[in-house]
Amino acid sequence: METRFKTLREFPLDEYLSPGATMCAGCGGMIVLRIFHKALGGNVVIVNAAGCLTLLQVYPYTPLKSSWMYTAFASAPAGAQGIRDALDILMEKGKLPQGEDLKVVVLTGDGAAYDIGLQSSSGAIERGLDFYYLVYDNEAYGNTGFQRSGATPFGSSTTTTPPTNLNPAGYSGMKKDLFEIWRSHNPPYLATIAPSHVVDMLRKIETASGFRGPKLFISLSPCPTGWGFDPSETIKLSRLAVECGVWPLKEAVYGKVRHTVVPKVLKPVEEYLRRQNRYAHLFTPTRQEEAINFIQEKVNEYWLKVSATEGHEVIKPINLAEKQTE
Amino acid sequence: MRDVEMMTGNTAAAWAARLADVDYIPAYPITPQTEIIETLAKWINEGVMKAKLVQLESEHSMLTAAGTASLAGARVFTSTSSQGLLYGFEMLYNIAGWRAPMVLVNVSRAVAAPITLEPDHNDVLSARDSGFMQFHAERCQDVLDLVLMAYRVSEDRRVMLPSIVNMDGFYLSFTREPVGLLDKEEVAEFLPPYSHPQAFKARRHVVKGPAVIGGHLYTFFKHNIHESITRAAQVFDEAAEKFQSITGRKLEAVEGFLLDDAEYVLVITNSFTTTAKRAVVKLREKGVPAGLAKVVMLRPFPAKIIVEKLKNRKAVAVFDQNISQGFGGIIYSETAAALYHVKNRPETLLSVVGGLGGKFTTLEEFEYVFSLLANPDKVGAGKPLFLFRKDELRDVERAMKLAGVEGEM
Ligand code: SF4
Repeated sequence: METRFKTLREFPLDEYLSPGATMCAGCGGMIVLRIFHKALGGNVVIVNAAGCLTLLQVYPYTPLKSSWMYTAFASAPAGAQGIRDALDILMEKGKLPQGEDLKVVVLTGDGAAYDIGLQSSSGAIERGLDFYYLVYDNEAYGNTGFQRSGATPFGSSTTTTPPTNLNPAGYSGMKKDLFEIWRSHNPPYLATIAPSHVVDMLRKIETASGFRGPKLFISLSPCPTGWGFDPSETIKLSRLAVECGVWPLKEAVYGKVRHTVVPKVLKPVEEYLRRQNRYAHLFTPTRQEEAINFIQEKVNEYWLKVSATEGHEVIKPINLAEKQTE
Repeated sequence: MRDVEMMTGNTAAAWAARLADVDYIPAYPITPQTEIIETLAKWINEGVMKAKLVQLESEHSMLTAAGTASLAGARVFTSTSSQGLLYGFEMLYNIAGWRAPMVLVNVSRAVAAPITLEPDHNDVLSARDSGFMQFHAERCQDVLDLVLMAYRVSEDRRVMLPSIVNMDGFYLSFTREPVGLLDKEEVAEFLPPYSHPQAFKARRHVVKGPAVIGGHLYTFFKHNIHESITRAAQVFDEAAEKFQSITGRKLEAVEGFLLDDAEYVLVITNSFTTTAKRAVVKLREKGVPAGLAKVVMLRPFPAKIIVEKLKNRKAVAVFDQNISQGFGGIIYSETAAALYHVKNRPETLLSVVGGLGGKFTTLEEFEYVFSLLANPDKVGAGKPLFLFRKDELRDVERAMKLAGVEGEM
């Protein structure tokens, strides 16, 4: 496909998000929102569910040059449905000129997307609602102080899954695969994105805008506050997540999956885990080999399957046995 | 004026939405409300009505969509019942806080557990503090009229708040009664088109539902709603006058029935009013000075009118088809609060709880309530009186025996 975005030179210069909002420094979610907004332009209404970015709007201030509708925790997609349907029927009845139309964008964190709002997003996708959904996934309930969510990965410490002697690994369940849940609805466009891979992100938004219906984006959103790393390292963390294979960048057009960034050689997950306090218990005071290997194995399995089904050249997984004898 | 047609309360609600030329109907099925959305879906699909009906995945989503569509400038209608209202409950406060006018028809159904289908008013009265106005119907005709009234009051720039119109499940929802419709010109004369002053549209940046930090801002906005909903009482009267001039039908916030010289008065809402009125007529024939006040507008609470109608009476009973567990009747407490500072308030104020889960209240039971008012010594002060007949008790005993429950009840 022809694309407007070949390198970072094509990065749109228009700004829709002013500086000075009261989010944490280095918030990955904010970076993604800023880029996302650039790609969509200004005639947008953002429909939000409870989460960190809800506090972008504290009366009487807004950092956005677009419209905003805060709904409730569970029902931002339904809020988008109401606005989309209203604009459509008003245009159809001749009560609103076509030129007054808006793009409707749902913006939520992972708590809303993976947990409490899963039902309403499922409904909106199934009905074929014409909207964008941007999830900023920081893998926990960040706004309330980092409790476990359906997006929390195995091994993460959160305030509700603290690592203890009884439970040394922290969270012992697995991150929910929202990509696959949404893909099973067969939406026209679905992708994962990451703030470190801006051109990839811009291209995906560009591709998505060619479709009518649900256009869904799940973005890794490194969270300095919850994950425990220096705010200057957000992009580095995001890049490591991709290079270690923890956060695969992919898209699905009407359900057909394609990975857009394929690491030829995977970096060991340890490089990614080590930089974050939420995984510190895996390394100190004693190294939890089993837990670290389990995370690595899951990543290996994923990419072996990808190379088999998509026919990529060899993706070299980390050989745990070799590593241990090193 | 069009002819009178026989229709159910549900059909009357659907007709009201059609006459109001609503743009958007977010929907979700629940008994006994479902016939409303089925009727509207049929009309829209046949092309006799131009609106968008979308079935959501829950009442919570349904109400969310209703609120945001209103803020985008659409006239919105929706309906639900019982657990549906409770499932979407969070959004009631939001919609009111967003200042999003719309009309929600609640077809009353008692709330589980135990799960049942028939009506009482715990569902709708749970919403009384939300900022929604509430209008309660006695007959199918009221359903149609009150929905049209509710749009006019809700969308008035002095109000800009949502409304609930309540009808009793089964007693009205599935009961056919004669209903007079309005023709297009009459509706146009009564109900101006809806527009929202800051609807979402291109090149206009609007923020709805922002957070506030600080109780003073929160209080300011809440007080603002309180002022607007209070103002709605006057807007309702203006609308009722206009409505009467067009249709000849008189709508009042509180309707008096044989009140002029009444000494014993029953306060009541919704469909059991019809039976209670018959009891009043019967007592009048026997020379008992009985009367009745039907509360149509529950929010804003018409305290002033209620006081006017009740002061100087000997004794008043409030019939509550609801139960605030651990207290008693809800409308009883509101009536008592309204009367507290009135000099010539009735000496006796009796709380009567009946009709829970649609339990039928007979003419004789209403007569019995009036007989208590004539003998105030028999009235237990401040304690709710539960209407429960002997035949009903026998049936409960039989059921418990079958269920294997032994011993004393
Ligand atoms: S807690 Fe995390 S996700 Fe939330 S604003 Fe702070 S950095 Fe962003």
